[in-house]
Amino acid sequence: MNINQNPIILNVDNLHASIQNTEILKGINLTVRSGEIHAIMGLNGSGKSTFAKVLAGHPDYHVTQGSIQYEQKDLLELSADERAQAGVFLAFQYPIEIPGVANSQFLRLAYNTVQAKRGKEELDPLEFDDFVREKMKLLEMKPDFLDRSVNEGFSGGEKKRNEILQMALLEPKLGILDETDSGLDIDALKIVAKGVNHLHHKDNAIILITHYQRLLDHIVPDFVHVMEAGRIIKTGGKELALELETHGYDWIHNDQKRAAGAST
Amino acid sequence: MSAVLQNLVNQPYKHGFVTDIESYVAPKGLSEETIRLISAKKDEPGWLLNFRLEAFQKWLTMTEPHWQNVKYPKIDFQAISYYAAPKPKNKLASMDEVDPELLRTFEKLGVPMHERAALAGVAVDVIFDSVSVATTYKEKLAEVGIIFCSISEAVHTHPELVRQYLGTVVPVGDNFFAALNSAVFTDGSFCYIPKGVKCPMDLSTYFRINTQDSGQFERTLIIAEEGASVSYLEGCTAPQFDTNQLHAAVVELVALDHADIKYSTVQNWYAGDENGVGGIYNFVTKRGLAKGVSSRISWTQVETGSAITWKYPSCILRGDNSIGEFYSVAVTNHHQQADTGTKMIHIGKNTRSTIISKGISAGKSNSSYRGLVRIAPTAENARNFSQCDSMLVGDQSGAHTFPYIQVRNNSAKVEHEASTSKIGEDQLFYLAQRGIDAEEAVSMIVNGFCKEVFQQLPMEFAVEATKLLSFKLENSVG
Repeated sequence: MNINQNPIILNVDNLHASIQNTEILKGINLTVRSGEIHAIMGLNGSGKSTFAKVLAGHPDYHVTQGSIQYEQKDLLELSADERAQAGVFLAFQYPIEIPGVANSQFLRLAYNTVQAKRGKEELDPLEFDDFVREKMKLLEMKPDFLDRSVNEGFSGGEKKRNEILQMALLEPKLGILDETDSGLDIDALKIVAKGVNHLHHKDNAIILITHYQRLLDHIVPDFVHVMEAGRIIKTGGKELALELETHGYDWIHNDQKRAAGAST
Repeated sequence: MSAVLQNLVNQPYKHGFVTDIESYVAPKGLSEETIRLISAKKDEPGWLLNFRLEAFQKWLTMTEPHWQNVKYPKIDFQAISYYAAPKPKNKLASMDEVDPELLRTFEKLGVPMHERAALAGVAVDVIFDSVSVATTYKEKLAEVGIIFCSISEAVHTHPELVRQYLGTVVPVGDNFFAALNSAVFTDGSFCYIPKGVKCPMDLSTYFRINTQDSGQFERTLIIAEEGASVSYLEGCTAPQFDTNQLHAAVVELVALDHADIKYSTVQNWYAGDENGVGGIYNFVTKRGLAKGVSSRISWTQVETGSAITWKYPSCILRGDNSIGEFYSVAVTNHHQQADTGTKMIHIGKNTRSTIISKGISAGKSNSSYRGLVRIAPTAENARNFSQCDSMLVGDQSGAHTFPYIQVRNNSAKVEHEASTSKIGEDQLFYLAQRGIDAEEAVSMIVNGFCKEVFQQLPMEFAVEATKLLSFKLENSVG
């Protein structure tokens, strides 16, 4: 576990969130500093993806308690598009299809919107074409991909690469990857991991949400958190993921019982 | 439905404009006397008066149809004035006098500069000094022998052509509203493309309407002789008001051997307010006769306005190897209703037709696709492909599909595909997560959905139509 005194990017305090009056998140605490990679692991239904969506501002989820500070500002005050413009990026577990809209058109609109909000230069279609093709090389994507409709008819691997390409274009301060490894074969996983590692630097941070250790072989986290029933029940270094892989999630409960037993 | 979607679909119609027209208005009501008055005022030949009277006699025996999937209060046909002689519009001296709000609309819609002037009621000659665009345009057409004028003018200058073709595609007694139109039509467009001539430019109604209003019962007749081709543009993206609630137009197209007629419409009549009060009833009969061998009739329409739209641009494929096409986008919002589609009547051998229909319903509106594909016993090897897609915005709108297929020749191949989708929170959230606001997102999704149809429009029209759609679904908060 690194001891890092870099600036805090994200501070989540006692976060509770509900969807349709059902509480999913029941008091999450998490601090993420720049330069860090955090992995959040846990079984299905533990609230990992909900946490990602709440951070990104999905309108179906309501925060009922607690706070989220992002770069010393109240993230909950911002709408989803404002969060994206401010540098919060979510790579979707299930990227959405938009029929009839060329990927190039979508990518350029997203890029230019965010650039404009950040007071940076926008690119015309020709300039953007050069720019995006350069980024696509990183993810070993074929050029015809720009002309296809957004995510329509994409394989699982292509969808996930498209997500990371968007991350490369939008240069987030906080990248949240929601099960980016699911549905990827090992080659695609390596390409995606290489892309993410390339995009990670000392001034940004990444939260990886995953079931499995295998992604963490390629993107090495500084912290591993285990989620269960809407809470983070254990935090450790990268070795925690390996222990989970070996012993399964039940091991944590037993481990906690042992710890509880020892203290009495 | 989320607040975001609610806002998006509740954009008030605030960019319309009304031009004051002083006119002679005939007393209300419809009788043989009224028809004689119209014909006399227009100094028409006897055969045309007889055409009108025959239509009127048929109309008297017909009842207003109610099979369409729209609701509206009963129309009192005796409360309508059937003749109003338009006087020249009050021209403004320069663009500086035009309502700035209107100019912003043009800006948003991307209406070309010269059209902005005309649409706003500024005398075109003021803007373009000595050379009027419309005049140049007419001269160019005359050089290749194309006749393009108002139908009233054509009745006097080319009576033999009008008489030969008028009512041959849509007979006087075709349907209730077509019969009414045949009896009382006051004006419209006439276009004749001589043998072998490819019209050198898109013909736009703008250049004609500029000089003369066509009224609520518009009549259009387009004839393409052997080997001729023409692309005709009707309407414009700028919003249109009219004090007449009922519009019942008739459009007839005739394509002879190897001729090609492409007819594109962008319709943006006043749709009524967000509570469904007011708005135009647009009940139109449009039909093309692919009369000659290897002829082609192609309809493309973008229907965004009117309280009620009720139209089925159709193709009668009589010539062997003839082709019929129908590409349609119909957008409804608030309380608008649209029942639109096409009829493809295959009579000749090896005839082919394509139907691509995209319906978008927002607010509390309802949109229906109604289409007929009929393969006659004579239509050996006929082919049809139909695709009808509906998109719902929000959860209070409706989409319906009524395909009728009648096949009387077993060598025919008929395919029909249909889908319904919804702009969901998930799509909007995905785009928002990439920094794109809801307004841009809806516009992008809807325009993607309509892509196949927009591709059929002439370039400039397509750009305008794209913007118009975004505009119709725009967030009032901006």
